[in-house]
Amino acid sequence: MSATTTTSGTPVAAGTAVPTATAFAAARRRERRMLAVLALLALAAVAAFAFIGIKGNWEFALAIRFRKIATMAVVGVAIAWSSVLFQTVTGNRILTPSIMGFDQLFVLIQTVIVFLFGALALATADPRLLFSGQVAAMVGFSTLLHRWLFGRRGRDLYVMVLAGVIFGTLFGSLANLAARLINPNDFVVLQDSLFASLNQVDAGLLGFSALLIGAMAAWTLRLRHRLDVVALGRDHAINLGVDHAAVVNRALVIVAVLVSVATALVGPITFLGLLVANLARQLVGTFRHGVLLPAAALIAVITLVGGQLILERVFTMDTALTVIVNFVGGVYFIALLIRESRR
Amino acid sequence: MTRRRSAGRLRAWHLAAGVVTLTVLAAASLLVGVGDVTPAGLLAGRAEDLHLLVESRLPRLLAVLLAGTAMSVAGLIMMHITGNRFVSPSTAGTTESATLGVLVATLFAGGEAVIVKMALAVACALLGTFVFMTILRRLTFRDMILVPLVGIMFGGVIGAATTFVAYRYDLLQTLGAWTSGDFSAVLRGRYELLWLAGGVTLLGYLYADRFTVAGMGRSFAINLGVRYDRVVNTGLVLASVITAVVVVTVGEIPFVSLIVPNLVTLALGDNLRYALPVTALAGAFFVLLCDVAGRLIRFPYEIPVSTVLGVVGSAIFLVLLLRGGRRMGVR
Repeated sequence: MSATTTTSGTPVAAGTAVPTATAFAAARRRERRMLAVLALLALAAVAAFAFIGIKGNWEFALAIRFRKIATMAVVGVAIAWSSVLFQTVTGNRILTPSIMGFDQLFVLIQTVIVFLFGALALATADPRLLFSGQVAAMVGFSTLLHRWLFGRRGRDLYVMVLAGVIFGTLFGSLANLAARLINPNDFVVLQDSLFASLNQVDAGLLGFSALLIGAMAAWTLRLRHRLDVVALGRDHAINLGVDHAAVVNRALVIVAVLVSVATALVGPITFLGLLVANLARQLVGTFRHGVLLPAAALIAVITLVGGQLILERVFTMDTALTVIVNFVGGVYFIALLIRESRR
Repeated sequence: MTRRRSAGRLRAWHLAAGVVTLTVLAAASLLVGVGDVTPAGLLAGRAEDLHLLVESRLPRLLAVLLAGTAMSVAGLIMMHITGNRFVSPSTAGTTESATLGVLVATLFAGGEAVIVKMALAVACALLGTFVFMTILRRLTFRDMILVPLVGIMFGGVIGAATTFVAYRYDLLQTLGAWTSGDFSAVLRGRYELLWLAGGVTLLGYLYADRFTVAGMGRSFAINLGVRYDRVVNTGLVLASVITAVVVVTVGEIPFVSLIVPNLVTLALGDNLRYALPVTALAGAFFVLLCDVAGRLIRFPYEIPVSTVLGVVGSAIFLVLLLRGGRRMGVR
């Protein structure tokens, strides 16, 4: 990344202590060009995924493929934006909600609901109502977790990341334990809802999710300028007249909803957010959320659709994409940690 | 400094009390299970009870004790030779590498004897651990927390690779059996490999002093006349062998190797002469407790020990991390 950090922690473009108007204009042009390239790539991936290798009934094949594309787009936007927002409010680049165990938390909430109310309640209740309840619980618990971990200032970054990772393990193990305590019939119902994959997404839930994501996206975009200021750090933000706590709280609510939607649709994909958020920051080289957010979303769509395309058409495998993302993301995370430690 | 003064003040009666408690719990564990084994039945010499005891309960108890002891000692050794409290087989990719080894063995040497499988698991565990040590050397700034973080991620990457291979060859279900440690399938004739881990643990005790010195740092150790690199490599080999043997026989047992040595050395200090026997006892006790809990929580069904340990272990680790945090023996 072509940014150095001054002692006060304010990001400044390297070599340009006082950026001139022309430098700004050039940077904007570069950002716009990058966004256009990403959009073209995303479109190409979507088109290739939709139209390559159709045999037999076009209508039938396209309906299935477009549903998959819609799912990947919704999940991509949710994961990309939740990661960018989370990195902004926590002020570091190696943390994402998934690494902090947020998606495991959502799985745990789902499991506990089945454990408490039984599969019958799950099957008879309105899925949208149920989902709203799960999301509400998620917002509450994730905000609590965040406040508990980040509330004390001056806590070490690595301690926090490690704690987040272990929280993920704890939530995962608790969900596993609860799943073992549920009676086997209920467990089958739960398993259906937990091990959702790209290939079997409920159309009703998808529409509802898209609606939720749309609302959250609109809210995020309204916040984008304040987020730019929050990215400077708490003290600077307050100094500049932004209600830091209020913005952080709103961002956390948005993150919780986005993570819930993504996890409910396709299950946890631990490292996707880390990959796309950092890639976006690296490619557009800006801290402005108006550019960063669309770039991250486009990269997520390219990764998911392109990856799925290669897996399905070249290697004829269906559901291993998350495993590959976790492999690549894990290696990238280690590299990031090593580079960070050399600063 | 109070901790330092109390360190090493291990009295004989402490150990004796520990042994007695462990014996009581062990005896009680023999009576827990779906089939009825009662003291009265055993005394009366009822054939069924005796059969159940000899074929299932006793082997299971021994397996639990051996695995608990060996894993926690392996953790203690790795903690010392890396000079980092939070490095253990489960945070250095050793466990995951051993699992990858079992998968490789199943793919290429499915028909071979268990000992071949184990050899491959040991080889992979060693390779993985040494790769991790190489990564460690690349970290110029060796942060106490950063090291296990990198280790956990390294383990995750190896785990992802393992899952991918298993998926490709339709072995996901089999993989599930190795990744979740479980003593419920232990019968006479199916756990004896664990004695090997027990033997290696004893070997670790012979090296205890040298590990202690190695834990004080490279230059210090060399100054004291210890062949540092050799001791470190020996420790890594011992820990890898133990981990691989446990993974091959009962599956991955998470967190024991991390939690137990930490709690013990917090109470006793870093002299392995004292810490090692206590760690061994405490590890056996801890795993046995979790195993019995797993048998009782949803009686007559069983919850695998790895699930119980995942919950208890991660909770304890979080407390250690967030409460003790940086103050705990930063090197």
